[in-house]
Amino acid sequence: MSDSESTTQAGPPPADMDEIFVEHPFRQFVAMYFRNYAAVAGLLVFVTIVGAALFAPMILDLDPFEMVDEPLLRPGEGGHLLGTDNLGRDLFIAIVYGARVTMAVGGAAAGITLFIGLTIGAMAGFYRGWVDEVLMRVTEFFQVLPPLLLAMVLVALFSPTLETVAISIGVVSWTGVARLARAEFLRLREQEFVKAARSIGARDRRIIWLVIMPNALPPLIVNAALTVGIAILFEAALSFLGLSDPNVMSWGKLIGDNRDYLLDAPWTVTFPGVAIFLTVLAMSLIGDGLTDAFNPKLRER
Amino acid sequence: MAKTLLSVEGLAVEFDTRDGVARVIDDLSISLAEGETLGIVGESGCGKSMTALSIMGLVPIPPGRIAAGRIFLDDEDLLQASEARMREVRGNEISMIFQEPMTSLNPVYSIGNQIAETARLHEGLSRADAFQRALEMLVAVGIPAADKRIHEFPHQMSGGMRQRVMIAMALACQPRVLIADEPTTALDVTVQAQIFDLLNDLKDRTGTAIIMITHDMGAIAEMAQRVVVMYAGRVVEQADVDQILTDPRHPYTQGLIRCVPHLTQNPTKERPPLLEIPGVVPPLTQLGSGCPFAPRCQYADAQCRAEMPPTKAIDDGHTVACWLTEREAAA
Amino acid sequence: MNAPDNVLLDVQHLKVHFQLPRKNIFAKASRVHAVDDVSFQVRRGTTMGIVGESGSGKTTTALAVMRLTHITDGSMYLGDTDLVELQGEALRQARARMQIIFQDPYSSLNPRVRAGAIVREPMDLMNIGAPGERDGRVAELFKKVGLRPEQQALFPHQFSGGQRQRIGVARALSTQPELVVCDEPVSALDVAIQAQILNLLRSLQEEFGLTYLFISHDLGVVQYMCDEIAVMYLGQIVEQADRISLFTEPLHPYTWALLSAVPSADPAVRDRADRVRLMGDPPSPIDPPPGCRFAGRCPFAEARCTAETPSLRPIRDGHAVACHLVTDDGVPPQRQS
Repeated sequence: MSDSESTTQAGPPPADMDEIFVEHPFRQFVAMYFRNYAAVAGLLVFVTIVGAALFAPMILDLDPFEMVDEPLLRPGEGGHLLGTDNLGRDLFIAIVYGARVTMAVGGAAAGITLFIGLTIGAMAGFYRGWVDEVLMRVTEFFQVLPPLLLAMVLVALFSPTLETVAISIGVVSWTGVARLARAEFLRLREQEFVKAARSIGARDRRIIWLVIMPNALPPLIVNAALTVGIAILFEAALSFLGLSDPNVMSWGKLIGDNRDYLLDAPWTVTFPGVAIFLTVLAMSLIGDGLTDAFNPKLRER
Repeated sequence: MAKTLLSVEGLAVEFDTRDGVARVIDDLSISLAEGETLGIVGESGCGKSMTALSIMGLVPIPPGRIAAGRIFLDDEDLLQASEARMREVRGNEISMIFQEPMTSLNPVYSIGNQIAETARLHEGLSRADAFQRALEMLVAVGIPAADKRIHEFPHQMSGGMRQRVMIAMALACQPRVLIADEPTTALDVTVQAQIFDLLNDLKDRTGTAIIMITHDMGAIAEMAQRVVVMYAGRVVEQADVDQILTDPRHPYTQGLIRCVPHLTQNPTKERPPLLEIPGVVPPLTQLGSGCPFAPRCQYADAQCRAEMPPTKAIDDGHTVACWLTEREAAA
Repeated sequence: MNAPDNVLLDVQHLKVHFQLPRKNIFAKASRVHAVDDVSFQVRRGTTMGIVGESGSGKTTTALAVMRLTHITDGSMYLGDTDLVELQGEALRQARARMQIIFQDPYSSLNPRVRAGAIVREPMDLMNIGAPGERDGRVAELFKKVGLRPEQQALFPHQFSGGQRQRIGVARALSTQPELVVCDEPVSALDVAIQAQILNLLRSLQEEFGLTYLFISHDLGVVQYMCDEIAVMYLGQIVEQADRISLFTEPLHPYTWALLSAVPSADPAVRDRADRVRLMGDPPSPIDPPPGCRFAGRCPFAEARCTAETPSLRPIRDGHAVACHLVTDDGVPPQRQS
């Protein structure tokens, strides 16, 4: 009933037939995503921020570090939309430029997380046995380390550049992805289409990457969206603690630089904070929307 | 003829779906006499399970809706009954067992607890009495060492034992009607035989009437006295079990009997191809005005595709909804 | 092993055991005896059926023949090829000669691959036929299994269960295999659809001279499909015979119980007085006790049944049984008393 069968037309019905309609799953997926309004709002926020991060610096050609006016001007004063910070830098411009760094670090960290987690989880889940044992013990080792502390140590050991920050965040947060990927692989490897692939002569590499992986990805993609949000929070925390590249502007750095003026000039901390909040919220909503869109059970309603 | 216990008259159930309104049950009339086993048979998607849910008052509304009809238990119309009254009816008067006994049992309570809880809820027994009742029920459904197994949890039992527990739970309040929805589909054939014996035995002892839902004509033959054949939400044929098996009139009934290789004791060398029913059950949102089986029927003609056949009594208690029989009768 | 020429698959003393993890470090590790010393042969162009209930090891036997599970002991020959010794690339190449049709048409097709690609994939992987001819071959296979060529563009979820099983059949045939293992090919399908697939499998067998190893729990289906039948119980074959003698003269008490348990639409069968009802469930295949594995549920069991394991011995031409109580001239226990 839930299949895409349609009635057979008049005339002798051919055996077991249905009407041809080729709807690519991706189209259905998009349609399903856009049914979730919160997810659409999240996507809008995300696109706005990414757009601003990409294009504003090209169009504006400003230096976010330039001290343009008196310090700690209120929002609106002196023509500065969101006011100025403790060094007299325009907060709006700083936030727009900071978006670039924040999104880049967030995205890169999420990418590294996904890469490490997926590889380790896939190997453990596919090969099981001693490979699984070893990899899961390694995973547990990383899991019990306090992530922020470990990231701080890594950044402090190496130079506090953007790359180091992104890699550090990736290195401390891949364990969740690894466990999820392992669980998916353990589940999927028992499916008959995996046995079928083996019986038609597919090699391990093909089974892992082309047969199981595309089926394991949906929950991992959802997880990746959430990971971007978490990575952004991490980056903010590290910057706040002063562990970030002093030569690039980021939201966490803005909050960190202005934390001493929290009581006198709350806007200097609030606006970058709101920017972080909105971005993480957007990622979370997108994650929700993706879950719905990937879930075929909901699709039928 | 025994007294009619439960009767469904002109029931229609509709569901709102993305593709429009699906009439999952259309003009369904069946009746169940005291102490009788009624078999409902058909492919999946033909409305068997929905019939059971309608009787239990468990049709999800929305997206479902009862569009027409009445369901009488004795003289009470269950469709008019309040939700509180229906809760009383379920368990006390009508119980149901399902196909998959694992998912129907709560994994975190012992089976004794679950049966006792049902008895406490419906009959207000004390804790000790309810537990005693649970033990009696487990003995009654043939669970060996029931006094020990009463403390076990569902995952510790085999599929057959779990189905016995489900039956014990369903019968804990001595209902008058037991609805069994494919109760043995998940079980091995030797265990299925045990469950059938158990159900027949319980029916003889307690007089509980049974509605048995299945796709297996063999199971119908073993269990039922009367048979209702459903297709696309409609009753296409209804008769005593022997009439259905020896003289099926509707092409769909004939197909259901002959499309399955039946085990025989004297197989021959020749094995003629099985009769095929081509195609699949059509989506219920796209039924035309004609007989819903017409697109798959080898005898279908223009009239079959255009007009719904009326239900016609051809013999004592034997009704068929098919233009073929209609025309034969006229000729 | 020198099998007669017409034997395609020769399985001897096959064992598949699984080690269970220890419950604690002092506990003895348990072993699941999924398949325990099973021997049978499948002749070219015929259908060998393996029938049994859950836990009987029939599916594990099928997977072992396909080399999709590990093999503890025993030998298996496909023609002259030793299937047990094959490893790596040689095994991969040999897979073209044997294919499997799975039970569940919903989980046996990769949901993210179009139907046409599913059928073409084995040819690409095994390098069968010229690449340019493969599309034509896919279209031909679609026609052979009763699908329309334009349905190649659809994804599995757009087909009904019966149609998906047809895709599974087309995929299995695409490598032009000698042996096709059918693992419960119709048990997940609606009753009215089963006949379509069974008829299809038989007409394909006739057309291509296929050899089937047919696994099923449904005795009616086995009776209709198979020329030779082995009845399995807890990892062992308890009775093996050709189609006619197994159903007309079952010898093993378990076979008899199995036959009487099938609900029958035939009143004469239903009212037979000698129908046997088994008590209890099949015991677990974990660390099975010595003796006959059926002894615990057997209505005729004697002391020696729990002491000595009966071996599968031929009673008459092509009919073998593993039961102490069956006499050498083929009288089953229930008819003696």
